[in-house]
Amino acid sequence: MTAGRVVSAPAARVRAARPAVHRAPGRWAVLAALVVLAVVMLFPFLIVALNAFKSPAEYSSGNPLSLPKGLYLQGVVDFWNRVDFGEKLWNSFLISASVAVAAVVLSILNAYALGIGRVRGRLWVLVVFLVGNTLPQEALAYPLYYLSKQVGLYDSKLSVILIFTVIQAAFGTYLLSSVLGRFPREILEAAALDGAGRWRALWGIVVPISRPTLSVLLIFFFIWTWNEFFLPLIFLISNDNQTVPVAIGVLQGEKMMDATMSSASALLGIVPAVAFFLIFQRTLTRGVTVGAVK
Amino acid sequence: MAPIEARPPRPRGRGGYWPYLIPSALLFLAVIVVPFLMNVATSFTRWSGVGTPTWIGLDNYTKLLRDERFWTSFEHNVALIVAMAVVPTMAGLVLAAALFDYIGRRFGARTASALRAAYYLPQVLPVAIAGVVWGWMLHPSYGAVNEIFGLKVNWLGDPDYALATVMAVMVWFQLGYPVVIFMAGLQRADPALHEAAEIDGASWWRRFWHVTIPQIRPEIYVVLLTCTIAALKVFGPIFVLTRGGPGNATMVPSYFSYLNFFEKVNVGYGSAIATVLALIIVVVTFLFLRVQEREP
Repeated sequence: MTAGRVVSAPAARVRAARPAVHRAPGRWAVLAALVVLAVVMLFPFLIVALNAFKSPAEYSSGNPLSLPKGLYLQGVVDFWNRVDFGEKLWNSFLISASVAVAAVVLSILNAYALGIGRVRGRLWVLVVFLVGNTLPQEALAYPLYYLSKQVGLYDSKLSVILIFTVIQAAFGTYLLSSVLGRFPREILEAAALDGAGRWRALWGIVVPISRPTLSVLLIFFFIWTWNEFFLPLIFLISNDNQTVPVAIGVLQGEKMMDATMSSASALLGIVPAVAFFLIFQRTLTRGVTVGAVK
Repeated sequence: MAPIEARPPRPRGRGGYWPYLIPSALLFLAVIVVPFLMNVATSFTRWSGVGTPTWIGLDNYTKLLRDERFWTSFEHNVALIVAMAVVPTMAGLVLAAALFDYIGRRFGARTASALRAAYYLPQVLPVAIAGVVWGWMLHPSYGAVNEIFGLKVNWLGDPDYALATVMAVMVWFQLGYPVVIFMAGLQRADPALHEAAEIDGASWWRRFWHVTIPQIRPEIYVVLLTCTIAALKVFGPIFVLTRGGPGNATMVPSYFSYLNFFEKVNVGYGSAIATVLALIIVVVTFLFLRVQEREP
């Protein structure tokens, strides 16, 4: 008690002295520093957006920081047509959505057996899945490339969908197993007394109740697959199979890309990613909190 | 335990949950286990990708140990661990604490979360696109960075600058992740401890060091582990920004193995590199988990 008072007395004095001298300018300085950092972080986005709408002539005559004089859309349009960007968006969407759905289904089946069924040796199953998810794709790439050629799946969207379904499901299993491990037993027992079999209990009870967690997984899998580069680069070599990051990534630094077209290509890569962020932000936070409370 | 077992706890019978694992087991075998074992097996051979591989035992590995490019590529990996794990974690701690208990309290939660979103935005990009953005900004002839600052630096083409430039880009890309994770951790932490320390007159820095950091230690481990693994695996930015060059200035193991697989058709050698990389990643993961377990 006394000790506490001894310590806090000088503290009170310090604090009483501070506001007059340091505090007010100090707190604005901290805010200013953090705002400057935020501007630095956002700067590349800003500058890409500014210059994607300039003509090559306007870019070379002016400053990258200046506002575009008009809305010059030719760079964006040219790049869009050159890579058939609509098709790339569709490819990315198709692959990411298929992976997300398939990987969530597999994760549910696995987690049902591991988290609720508590099968023997479940810890080892989890370790194997986790190691599989952690392995670098480089250590799988060549055999996958070779095998997919053997079975005629090379350069197909299906090959990429299969591979990423397994990789994402390995992570999903790990996460979902611990969530389902805490699933209220009474509900399952009640269902069993009502004569529901395992299969019906899974789809009729476990899945609807776990929906918040599942939707978070679905969104994460979608975004992670969308962002993948290494394996899609190897597997999707023909133009009409390529995803957005691959199409933009391999064209980087090509001779036909002038300054404004490069910036247009970067912008087209940024827009879907930022759109997902804005669309899913709320679902993600809500889902994560629900999962945490449970 | 016993009374629960006595009641019919789950629908019918025991061990009957195994069938649910079958689809994944088959796919996992085909996509992960078999390819990985094939990769390890190939690493003991000389093979161009066609025809029959020639068994050469450990030759690829002994060659690897003497290959300067291989060692350089791992040195660059260490540099990237600094850029992608160490610096973002340290900066992320300071930023998260500043946003959480300084900005959040004095300027409102909305200011704090707006700043957090700004720091996080690069993270939403596919990492290859982040590379394209910076490849454009740093272009030697028309890049915005040189134009704005009136410089003529070949950021990515000059061996003296290339690695440092890639590191800076990766710090930019990675920074938001620890900030978000640490802020979530701080929300979980008990505010009473912090307030007690403040009442006792502990400076901001001492509260940060003795109260904040111990409270979010689990988050720090998770961030360090996942970012270190990401740094060991890094491929996209290297492919887009420098292709390992100029010379070997930014060569990393993943790109080095890719090069051997698909450009030099030295598949056996590439497999050996990939196997070593996989081994390192598994060992790093294991060590992190061990250290984390030992913590009180």
